[in-house]
Amino acid sequence: MNTTAAPPVTATAETGFKRPHYLNAAYGVRSWLLTRDHKRIAILYLISVTAFFALGSLFALLIRLELLTPEGDLFQPDTYNRLFTMHGVVMVFFFLIPAIPAVLGNFLVPLMIGAKDLAFPKLNLASWYVYNLGGIFTLWAIVHGGVDTGWTFYTPFSTHYSNTYVISTALGIFITGFSSIFTGLNFIVTIHRMRAPGLTWFRLPLFIWSTYATSLIIVLGTPVIAITILLVAAERVLHLGIFDPALGGDPVLFQHLFWFYSHPAVYIMILPAMGVESELIAAFARKKVVGYKVVAFASVAIAVLGFLVWGHHMFVAGESIYAATVFSVLSMLVAIPSAVKVFNWTATLYQGSISYQTPMLYALGFIGLFTLGGLTGVMVATLGFDVHVHDTYFIVAHFHYIMVGGTIMGYLGGLHYWWPKISGKLYPAFLSKLAALLVFVGFNLTFFPQFILGYLGMPRRYWSYPPEFQVLNVLSTAGASILGVGYILPLCYFVWSMRYGKDSGDNPWGAVGLEWDTTSPPPTENFYTTPVVTHGPYEYNREEVHNRMSQEGTIG
Amino acid sequence: MNSSFPLFPESASTHAGSVDALFIIWALVSIFFTVLIAGLIVYFMARYRRSHPEEVGTDETAAVWLEIAWSAIPLVIALGMFVWGTRVFFDLYRPPANAVEYTAIGRQWMWKIQHPEGQREINTLHVPVGQSIKMKLASEDVIHSFYVPAFRIKQDAIPGRYTSIWFQATKPGVYHLFCAEYCGAEHSKMIGSVIVMEPRDYEAWLAGGAAGKSMVASGGDLFQSLACVTCHRAGDTGRLARGPALEGVYGHTVKLADGRTLTADDDYLRESILNPSAKVVAGWEPVMPTFQGQVTEEQLSQLIAYVRSLGSASPAGAATASSSPPVAATPPAAGSGAPQ
Repeated sequence: MNTTAAPPVTATAETGFKRPHYLNAAYGVRSWLLTRDHKRIAILYLISVTAFFALGSLFALLIRLELLTPEGDLFQPDTYNRLFTMHGVVMVFFFLIPAIPAVLGNFLVPLMIGAKDLAFPKLNLASWYVYNLGGIFTLWAIVHGGVDTGWTFYTPFSTHYSNTYVISTALGIFITGFSSIFTGLNFIVTIHRMRAPGLTWFRLPLFIWSTYATSLIIVLGTPVIAITILLVAAERVLHLGIFDPALGGDPVLFQHLFWFYSHPAVYIMILPAMGVESELIAAFARKKVVGYKVVAFASVAIAVLGFLVWGHHMFVAGESIYAATVFSVLSMLVAIPSAVKVFNWTATLYQGSISYQTPMLYALGFIGLFTLGGLTGVMVATLGFDVHVHDTYFIVAHFHYIMVGGTIMGYLGGLHYWWPKISGKLYPAFLSKLAALLVFVGFNLTFFPQFILGYLGMPRRYWSYPPEFQVLNVLSTAGASILGVGYILPLCYFVWSMRYGKDSGDNPWGAVGLEWDTTSPPPTENFYTTPVVTHGPYEYNREEVHNRMSQEGTIG
Repeated sequence: MNSSFPLFPESASTHAGSVDALFIIWALVSIFFTVLIAGLIVYFMARYRRSHPEEVGTDETAAVWLEIAWSAIPLVIALGMFVWGTRVFFDLYRPPANAVEYTAIGRQWMWKIQHPEGQREINTLHVPVGQSIKMKLASEDVIHSFYVPAFRIKQDAIPGRYTSIWFQATKPGVYHLFCAEYCGAEHSKMIGSVIVMEPRDYEAWLAGGAAGKSMVASGGDLFQSLACVTCHRAGDTGRLARGPALEGVYGHTVKLADGRTLTADDDYLRESILNPSAKVVAGWEPVMPTFQGQVTEEQLSQLIAYVRSLGSASPAGAATASSSPPVAATPPAAGSGAPQ
């Protein structure tokens, strides 16, 4: 890639003149709340999703505390049911789905494709407001006593039997869905229309491929959950018989509609993390991702096949055994592109130049945890096996390996990688490696025992449980407390680094990619001159790259 | 803290072995791939550790045969496990012909169980070793799920329809019965026990309890008291008959007024009692009133058990039996669950 022109003013102590960038371009609350800069909107999202993540984690902590003992002795059962419901709702809809697309995607999509901004900057800002509006509805429901249906809102419990704030919570999810759609639409148009000259589809970074695939799912899938929520509301408020058999409805129809969105939503959560993973592996092995086209098309294959497997959530829900057979084999197929990605990432390390920097630790942790999450996913897609572990802690462990081991590891790895790009600062190396280690160890200690608990038969969503399950539950709670420390540390040192961190320079990792061709933090318009692209995204064996590393130095 | 610390569930049904085999093979496959990937990562990390800050990797990329191999091998393994898992699954859902049918009705927050002989239990299920038992499930309110980990079986109980699963216990003992589908405040208290007994002990237990009438007999009583018998008179095809006779209906093909045909099964009978005008038999007027709200889930099961007991009766035999009380006409038969 042609390096864009050097910044007009270099930041030097002698001149005492600060280089202009998006953070110091304007000051004041107004300059943030009315910004149309995708990078500032990403920061706004970062603040919002961090707040929701903290809230969701607090619920998780309380759940784990209750489960320390077999007796239900810390909370009333009603309170416990609200806790796990709110944990799921907040984590899924307000953290996992928006986290990587809305924070990293917003920040990086224009930078990675050499554009000045997203195609619809105002729509982008609107999406953040809509997200928060949805969040306020849900928070209102939490403050007034919460909701106790489980994040899955299964009927007829949710439409007829629950006396909690189902409607306001569901309305919050409904509204937030529009922010997803705005973001997805924006990405699709931007990636189609605003790529820099010479940036063909097969020169796009893999993060862009996976973001594109994710956006397709968002735009096609989210309307279905919106309709489903409206139908639940219609039945609850107007007593229309849709899902409640007492009114002539079909409760399993709800599960079909719910999972038609919510299973693809799993891929909304994991595909962006896979994109981050490809970027991290390439940057910290300084090597082309092996099988670039395979990895790119694997994202698209996952997006397409992901729409055809929803019925595997209903193997014991009275679904026809022949339908179950079809959903089982399709679920096996969707696992293959994921497996292929894992092999390609691992092979990329071969003959690489592997750095042990913090983002790479997350990236390597991701591969291990995602492998186990994926393999247990194929296990539960196996019909005869699923019957026993369905709705047990085996499932809980499996999807946390994907959601926490995959998505959150990817998100944290990405934040650590692009933090110098976002803030222009470095965070403490040792402390951040320690945090990565704590996250990895704490995560495994929390969730691995749950696989065993599940195979032993402990059902999920139990407030109290038979005493023989206690030892494994205590291990899990101990792990959760380690995991909690691992999450608090980055929050502290990221905030600390904004004021006290060392300046990172433009490209501390010696990475290639259009986003590293501009300054860190980038100017409001991203690039001083429009970049022209002449080669693929991960070309490290070039004179130019070598010269730049020698000139600027790297911490890698 | 509890001292017992199991790492593997008890196995007490004929299904347990086949499910465990699936699990163990999958676990070995998972361990193999996890160790392979983790081992490669650790090896590459050590072998290709960056030696100076400006070092870059090679331009090596994987050979095409490697890409094909690591796509094809997981595919073959997954498809193989799919076929095996599906066979185990079909076995879980296809009860043998000699299975005896027990009924479990879920409600917030208990399991109401009825034996074919008429015994009723709440949150406990006594069963004999060696007998195939088909659990017919229904729910009075929300979705529940009948789960016995030691048998490796689970099936949701769904309001408004019947579902079922079967098992054959192999080892006497007391095992957990859980509700596995979240069903509200006391979900985690909707637990009970399955008590597996030697057939001799089971007979003694049956004899000792206040058995009451069998499912079929209770259904026969309801057939009288709800006045079903006034219209559905056995053998009556004459001018005064207002509904089809029910002898020989169960498990057989029924022709509907709108030209469709279906097989009369539990769900069809249930619908015909609760919503009679939905599927009217050809040749009859939709005059039957609904019994929605007048019969409980348990009574519905009894009525259906009774109608099913008429199923095997030949029309001629049924005609002669029509004058005698239905209760006497049909002793509870172990094999009555299987359509002929």
